[in-house]
Amino acid sequence: MAITFEKALGIHESAMHLRGERAGMLASNLANTDTPGYKARDFNFQEALDRQMTGRNGDFSLQTTQHAHIRGGVKGLGSVDALYRVPHQPSIDGNTVEEQVEHAEFMKNNLEFQASFTFLNSKFKGLSKAIKGE
Amino acid sequence: MSLSNIFNVAGSGMNAQSIRLNTTASNIANAEASSASADTTYRGRHPVFASVQAAMLNGGDALYSEDQSAVGVRVDGIVESQAPLQPRYEPESPNADEDGYVYYPNVNVVEEMTNMISASRSFQVNVEVMNSAKQMVQRVLTLGQ
Repeated sequence: MAITFEKALGIHESAMHLRGERAGMLASNLANTDTPGYKARDFNFQEALDRQMTGRNGDFSLQTTQHAHIRGGVKGLGSVDALYRVPHQPSIDGNTVEEQVEHAEFMKNNLEFQASFTFLNSKFKGLSKAIKGE
Repeated sequence: MSLSNIFNVAGSGMNAQSIRLNTTASNIANAEASSASADTTYRGRHPVFASVQAAMLNGGDALYSEDQSAVGVRVDGIVESQAPLQPRYEPESPNADEDGYVYYPNVNVVEEMTNMISASRSFQVNVEVMNSAKQMVQRVLTLGQ
């Protein structure tokens, strides 16, 4: 039975990638707290992880067979669909960022990133132990 | 990779908030700067924020960029307040015009104070975000050790 990285690392690699992606999105929300008209965004982590594990991604691109063809289709957000958050209390300038919500989500995301990291790290430790024959 | 994008985003947020803090300081400092005519009187300044895609921050093409999830803040410009100036009857002032009026800026100090608190809070949030991102990146660097 051969050990492949894909099998050994499993879900944690994708999870960490998506956690990083989500941290970026939440950081954007927090940075735009005072921008009029900005709509807070987030994505469904479960769905995105599912999609990444099954290898389907969200790109809908048209095939171009000649150099003069215009590149059509919408380039998605890599593998995630960025959705808009529904605010509890919409503000008058059209901004839907709620700082406390975003802050909590950011913190939670950070913790879950660390959890995924710990799992991934222990997988690597196990692999190197197996290689060394300890 | 969006972890490194967080630094750009939070940095642009901090930059925007510090500009806001700067204009607030300028407004409060000039709140009592009276003038002889309405034209030369100081008017309150306020920055206008707009969001900007991260790809544009890096000087790239936003339309076909890979990662559109990170959105920074840009200061679109600084506008002068259109609120009416405050003429006050002070005939003994050296600045007074022939009718005895001096003009005071249209700065509301209470408004500016709330602006200041809001700006410094938002600045702190961005610093915290940057700190967390730093921790995450440092964590990743220790992978496998």
